[in-house]
Amino acid sequence: MFKWKTISLSTLLLSVFMLSGCNIKVLNPQGPVAEDQFQLILWSLGFMLFIVLVVFSAFTIILVRYRDRPGHQNHDPEQEGNKWLELLWTVIPIIIIICLAVPTVRTIYALEDPPKQSKDQEPLTVRVVSSDWKWIFVYPEQGIETVNYLNIPADVPIKFRLTSAGSMSSLWIPSLGGQEYAMAGMMTQLILEADHPGTYVGKNANFNGKLFQKMKFNVHAMTREDFQAWAEKVKKNAPKLTKEQYLNILEPGVSAKKTFSSTHLSFVNHVKEPDFAVKHTEILPPH
Amino acid sequence: MNHHVDHFFVKGDPMIYAADLMIIMTTLAVIFVLTYYKKWKWLWNEWLTTVDHKKIGIMYIIAAVLMMFRGGVDALLMRAQLTVPNEDFLDPQHYNEIFTTHGTIMILFMAMPFIIGLMNVAVPLQIGARDVAFPYLNALSFWSFFTAAMLFNLSFVIGGSPDAGWTAYAPLAEPELDPGVGQNFYLLSLQISGFSTLATGINFFVTILKMRAPGMSMMKLPIFSWSILVTSAIIIFAFPILAIALALMTFDRLFGAHFFTLTGEGLPMMWANLFWLWGHPEVYIVILPAFGVFSEVISTFSKKRLFGYKAMVWSMVLIGFLSLIVWVHHFFTMGAGPDVNSFFSISTMAIAIPTGVKIFNWLGTMFRGRIQFTTPMLWSLAFIPCFTIGGITGVMLAMAAADYQYHNSYFLVAHFHFVLISGTVFGCIAGLLYWYPKMFGHMLNEKIGKWAFWLFVPGFLICFLPMFFLGLDGMTRRVYTFSNSHWTDLNVIASIGAALMGIGFMVLVYNMIWSARYGKRDKTGDPWDGRTLEWATPTPIPHYNFALIPRIKRLDEFWYVKQNNEPSVLRSLPVSKLKPIHMPNSSGRPFVMSWLFFIVGFAAVFYVYWVAALALIGVLVCMGLRSFEIDDGHYVSVEEIKRTEKNRIKEA
Repeated sequence: MFKWKTISLSTLLLSVFMLSGCNIKVLNPQGPVAEDQFQLILWSLGFMLFIVLVVFSAFTIILVRYRDRPGHQNHDPEQEGNKWLELLWTVIPIIIIICLAVPTVRTIYALEDPPKQSKDQEPLTVRVVSSDWKWIFVYPEQGIETVNYLNIPADVPIKFRLTSAGSMSSLWIPSLGGQEYAMAGMMTQLILEADHPGTYVGKNANFNGKLFQKMKFNVHAMTREDFQAWAEKVKKNAPKLTKEQYLNILEPGVSAKKTFSSTHLSFVNHVKEPDFAVKHTEILPPH
Repeated sequence: MNHHVDHFFVKGDPMIYAADLMIIMTTLAVIFVLTYYKKWKWLWNEWLTTVDHKKIGIMYIIAAVLMMFRGGVDALLMRAQLTVPNEDFLDPQHYNEIFTTHGTIMILFMAMPFIIGLMNVAVPLQIGARDVAFPYLNALSFWSFFTAAMLFNLSFVIGGSPDAGWTAYAPLAEPELDPGVGQNFYLLSLQISGFSTLATGINFFVTILKMRAPGMSMMKLPIFSWSILVTSAIIIFAFPILAIALALMTFDRLFGAHFFTLTGEGLPMMWANLFWLWGHPEVYIVILPAFGVFSEVISTFSKKRLFGYKAMVWSMVLIGFLSLIVWVHHFFTMGAGPDVNSFFSISTMAIAIPTGVKIFNWLGTMFRGRIQFTTPMLWSLAFIPCFTIGGITGVMLAMAAADYQYHNSYFLVAHFHFVLISGTVFGCIAGLLYWYPKMFGHMLNEKIGKWAFWLFVPGFLICFLPMFFLGLDGMTRRVYTFSNSHWTDLNVIASIGAALMGIGFMVLVYNMIWSARYGKRDKTGDPWDGRTLEWATPTPIPHYNFALIPRIKRLDEFWYVKQNNEPSVLRSLPVSKLKPIHMPNSSGRPFVMSWLFFIVGFAAVFYVYWVAALALIGVLVCMGLRSFEIDDGHYVSVEEIKRTEKNRIKEA
């Protein structure tokens, strides 16, 4: 439906990016959530380009025509307004805002649920704990846990349930869709989906201290069968997560990728115990 | 406590040692010059104790330009670090301190004082008043801002700078995760300067409402003064929230309270709400005065009335109101739910409507005008296209569902620099250039001024346009380095732009130094052929501003008096009508009191409470002395007025 617009606008944008030779992630969605957001962005870009066009051309014409020069006619120093013009440039922005607000609100609500095209799929829940400065992913249904990497099945909505063991962070996988904060003592939700296998970059978007920049991870989207096989292999072969090991992971610092065949949910729920990491790790007391 | 004394001097970085040396050398140089030229007494009598709004305005602007230099150096260091991937010019800790101080300084110690400086210079003159409503309080506002700025700046050589971002989000900024003293510097210096801003807001709100010249009804108030009135109202609403938020976090850090901590039932996210409840209106506090400046400048140099004056006024009032109810758009991703996000999304987008109206009214002002490309006009013209880009990307960010993809990315960084630089910074520079002859009695060199403009503005575009694309490609704000080589080209371009802006700024400052010596002196008091009352005063402006207060019949009264050759006290003074003028006395106490505030803050930063308590008692003693003081000001004699105004006196 949006196709011709998509094509013409992407061509325009891409021609700009060709200069730098890169493939802009947000404008190159790899899943339905990112796709919805991309369509909304394109829709808004159309209106924005229209506004730019109007303002810039009016600006240029006025500067050229009414610059102070010999023989300049048409000077009307007492003109103080024009009811119709002012009405026009009040009403048009109102119309534009309505045109933008309606799809925005619709998308805001749509993003609360799994994407329409995967309605028949049972979403996979992944619980995310951000800790300074690494990501911990729990697969409660599979009973497994990973650190600093995320495997997901493609074509299945992933329901992230986010919280934090320390500072506030924001889980962002630009290719799959927009972000959500992970905060201590709270549980937030983000639904994303990849529509084909591939590897994408995930990161923390919210500054949270010294090693913020290192808080990145890879998302591997794989076929449902591969994911199933991987989860079963982990359940069988990976070591169990002990409390001691877990406290070790929570120590401030970066961490290597890790895989466990059990989860930390058996000994702590960070949502209910926001001060768990502060109490049990080597974070320095203030003074 | 010993732990903190051990870390009193920041050690280990050659740049810091260089800064230490610079600070010592500069201080010694200033002391030497003042002593050599025997200027101490002059400094004390003319500047440190003054309650004259014009001098206070000039001091605000000088401080703001210095802070622009400091914040700009921070910016260049950041761009140097981010030019190519995996650079290690700055270590992460140092980088974090630099972007935190860059943001805090640019907003609170550059933009705010610059604007307050301009309002001090222009507002009382524009409304035909002899001073602000509370001149003593005004001096106190300036000095407490100044000492707060010094306190904040000191952090980088003593104790260590704050490193949790200018938004200082809890729990990151709380003692568990940020044990140094840097954050204490942030809290205490912002508290002191916030108090100063609140006092200024109240001062100017009262000044504009109560001290307008007779006949100047609200709809005859010059547009810049209108913008300051709305701004003052926002300040009065917003700054108490900041004061409370800062106080609560100060209790957390200094006295072990748990308002925003992870432990003890603290609510870290409450900080984000309180911060932006102040922080969003703050954005409009720094933009509306710039709108006021642009309106004055564009009207003056188009030789036309302001188009749609009433619409401009109502737009500002509406923007001021909306600014208070949109703060949640700073954290659409905090999981507040679709209802909340929809409300704040639409209310935010709605701000685009009055803003759009203003943009078109400025275009309307130039339409059928006679546009003169003076330097203040150039900065105002550049504002229109640049701010349009900032504005439309603002609407894009306001669309919550799309914002999930822009939030905290370089897209956001690009957006807010587009609005803040092309709005506030261009506005401050335009205002400074516009009122410069009024303040200093000489013109700036137009040619050097145009060089500065043509370096700075293209530099600004080159610096920030690439950042929109970096953001869409996933580059997040506040990263100290990046490893994605796709981002190199755009980052290199951005750094080149930043360097151009730096050079442009230096040329701008050079222009002031050059013009102080060689610039054309202005004796007319009205070099731009202005429209508002400030241009009716002689230059240098007598400390009492107006020998006779004019009676106002219409908007742009001075313009019509000039146009129609009408007899008016704005043009000549009938000597028979002169009377002694009552003016407030100078006082050294605001200066002393503010440095006591500085000591309170500095001691509290290092948890040395007995010193803080002593200094606080000193503050209270100052306040007590003031309350028992009988100060009725003084009268300026008719003789002195005659001497000052001899060129304008009309015998009869």
